[in-house]
Amino acid sequence: MNHLMEAVSVLLDPDAWSGPSGFGARMLEHLWYTGLALLISAALALPVGLLVGHTGRWRALAVISSGMVRALPTLGVITLAALFVGIGLTAPMIAFVVLAIPSILAGAYAGVESVNPATKDAATAQGMSGWQVLLRVEIPLGLPLIIGGLRNATLQVVATATLAAYVGAGGLGRQLFLGLRTQDYPLMLAASLAVILLAIVLDALFELSQRLLRRRMGVV
Amino acid sequence: MEWTLNNLPRITDLTLAHLVLALPAVAAAFMLAVPIAWAANRVRPLREVVVSGTGLLYAVPSLPLFIVLPILLGTGVRDTFNVIVALTLFGLALMVRSAADALDSVDAGIRVASTAVGYSPVKRFFSVELPLAGPALLAGLRVISVSTISLVSVSAVLGVQSLGSLFTDGFERGIVPSIAAGIVLTAVLALMMDLLLVTAGRLLMPWARGGRA
Repeated sequence: MNHLMEAVSVLLDPDAWSGPSGFGARMLEHLWYTGLALLISAALALPVGLLVGHTGRWRALAVISSGMVRALPTLGVITLAALFVGIGLTAPMIAFVVLAIPSILAGAYAGVESVNPATKDAATAQGMSGWQVLLRVEIPLGLPLIIGGLRNATLQVVATATLAAYVGAGGLGRQLFLGLRTQDYPLMLAASLAVILLAIVLDALFELSQRLLRRRMGVV
Repeated sequence: MEWTLNNLPRITDLTLAHLVLALPAVAAAFMLAVPIAWAANRVRPLREVVVSGTGLLYAVPSLPLFIVLPILLGTGVRDTFNVIVALTLFGLALMVRSAADALDSVDAGIRVASTAVGYSPVKRFFSVELPLAGPALLAGLRVISVSTISLVSVSAVLGVQSLGSLFTDGFERGIVPSIAAGIVLTAVLALMMDLLLVTAGRLLMPWARGGRA
């Protein structure tokens, strides 16, 4: 428990947070990695997922490929990428995107599929085109599940971003690995607690947005 | 391939070490999740609290959890026990919800009928509810088996031996085949466990052989 006290005092120490390699800068880096990875993977996976859900084509392929990626060990993906493209942010970013795509893809097609077929038929009967059905009916109604996919991807990336420091990038993992190498357990612990806190706060924000959305849609 | 053949003894050792970490965690998560889910289903107001509460564990990133747990357990970061407990917690995060849903899916009419023909609550659980929830429980077990086997390797950055050591060694010494072998073997291990679970399910639950979703 002594270690815990020391770790908490590290986290409460303003000096530990300031400077270019302090907790503050590292946490911003961690968030920046997460945001960028989400942006890239959403740009790739959302259109495909929505299309799969809308047309019902290539569904089996999407299901199998996301299942397979989920069995991939994150550390393996990140180190393999690092050996090919070298030290820096590119390798971890490749790994983040590979790992985030399945969740976003699954959320997108499941979201579109979850819309009641009668509602879709009604929209078509009103004279809506396929695109209009997708944009005005399927996406808005499937939004809770689509956001759920982004939420899982975020959790995955925040966790994996800790490993980015192992292959020479930044993020809160820097502090963690510094503590590991110098046998400074309180520092490792402080970094771990900071990552856990960050993950829980992000998850809670998603939970909140999903709840607000459901309430707005009247599907509490 | 040549690298793999030259390092076969070490790879075998690491595969066994990997299983020693993963299998007890999967088994423990399953054995704990079923009674927790059962109890949560019984005490309705508790259900959402328990299910969401354990689900929250899933939000905790794995590497930090490996480091934080020793304060609670009094173990070292590199202890096998520490890693197994952390993996069990991740397994619970997924399994409690799927077990609660599985047990909940048993038709209420069947439950009432079995009580009416004289089953005690305990006997009813083991000979009626558990077999009927079996296929759904198996589906949950398969998910945690795959995810646990892939999660184990993260502990290698702390110095715990597993197939993940092939990633850390391979990265530090620049050996691509080492990392590739690690990824392939992790996937093969996950696939083999999955086949084993499916086969066990067929043998134990011959009535569920029909189409599954």
